[in-house]
Amino acid sequence: MDVAIIKYNAGNNFSVQGALRRLGIEASVTDDPELIRKADKVIFPGVGEARTAMEYLTACGLDRVIRSLVQPVLGICIGQQLMCRHSEEGDVDCLGIFDAEVKRFRPTDAEFKVPHTGWNTISVVNDGGVVPSRFDGSYVYYVHSYYVPVNSCTDVLTDYIVPFSGAMHKGNFYSTQFHPEKSGGVGSDILKHFLDI
Amino acid sequence: MLAKRIIPCLDVKDGKTVKGVNFVNFRDAGDPVSLGRQYSEAGADELVYLDITASHEGRRTFIDLVSRVASNVSIPFTVGGGINSVADVETLLNAGADKVSINSSAIRRPDLIGDISRRFGAQVCVVAIDARFDGREWICYLNGGRIATDRRLMEWAYEAQERGAGEILFTSMDHDGVKTGFACEALAELGGRLSIPIIASGGAGAKEHFLDVFTRGRADAALAASIFHFNEIPIPELKRYLSDNNVPVRL
Repeated sequence: MDVAIIKYNAGNNFSVQGALRRLGIEASVTDDPELIRKADKVIFPGVGEARTAMEYLTACGLDRVIRSLVQPVLGICIGQQLMCRHSEEGDVDCLGIFDAEVKRFRPTDAEFKVPHTGWNTISVVNDGGVVPSRFDGSYVYYVHSYYVPVNSCTDVLTDYIVPFSGAMHKGNFYSTQFHPEKSGGVGSDILKHFLDI
Repeated sequence: MLAKRIIPCLDVKDGKTVKGVNFVNFRDAGDPVSLGRQYSEAGADELVYLDITASHEGRRTFIDLVSRVASNVSIPFTVGGGINSVADVETLLNAGADKVSINSSAIRRPDLIGDISRRFGAQVCVVAIDARFDGREWICYLNGGRIATDRRLMEWAYEAQERGAGEILFTSMDHDGVKTGFACEALAELGGRLSIPIIASGGAGAKEHFLDVFTRGRADAALAASIFHFNEIPIPELKRYLSDNNVPVRL
């Protein structure tokens, strides 16, 4: 299987590549539009800041490339956020694949720390996305200060300060706010499920 | 529910894991990659690798180690030691690290916190603070606890948060290596003042110390080294104990 990991300036590409390697897949990390377009599966990972990332994607034309993809695409963490219409982080317009606005967590009391950091449980509300319902109640790894509110594309919920979108999908575009590549055996199975879509 | 995290810390020198008692007298505790994988399989929630090598050659060895950890371990890991610039951070993230921990360099040049945070996101930037109680206040130290500064723990931790740190890793030098429990009072005060997660470090010697640091100390995560390296407290047993005592943990 030909898997492309989109290379841009928000990098945990190696983490995703390592996770796929543990599944026996040698993915290419690339910013070449042709290689991205012809891949069977595309992963849009990220650890970064929304405005910096969007400016980079726009400057090199990857924003249009990503929007035009027709094969299964998986956005991870900031990848999910960048697939939304707008982000409060840096007040920036994003790719607009999901009709949602990324918000910053606002703690309601001192027990809630931001970033939301660590292992939290998921509720699978729609089995049709990248997270099969057998993972309902599992722990996955999150680290983020911004979140996508629950919307019509939400497949997985996690409750932290507010219930937010842990995973979403729309057509061929899938996403997780958590890091499957860092979520131990559960995360590995979720990545495998994406590769099997 | 968000789980409290158990984090083994691996100090790495010339490609091998070491751990000091009060920051001196290292004892060898094995290969960092296989140790990391074993911890991951045992239920560790994250790992921290600290490069305590000073040489240029040792640095390259460490970056190679980061790549091998990223290829072999499926939980998050933070790397620290010798990070002085955004370029250093980029190298380590590109090698597969999830977060970086900065300590002396942040005290020397506080702007580094904001530079990292704006470039990669706050969640990448862990500010580590080594401090010692002088009878009145907690004094921050540089260079692995060798040089005292005029910084105080509470004000420096708050400033680090305001500058964009994603987490504070507080090591009590008074408690480190002596296994009599964490600095719970200082941790609780820190927890009350900050809105970012706090990782407690220094002093773990028994399961009860972890329960104490998560309840009385209000810590979000607890870090330890020697008790895990020498299997004095197996992680599954520790997590079961915490769960039985109503601390949310990932089992």
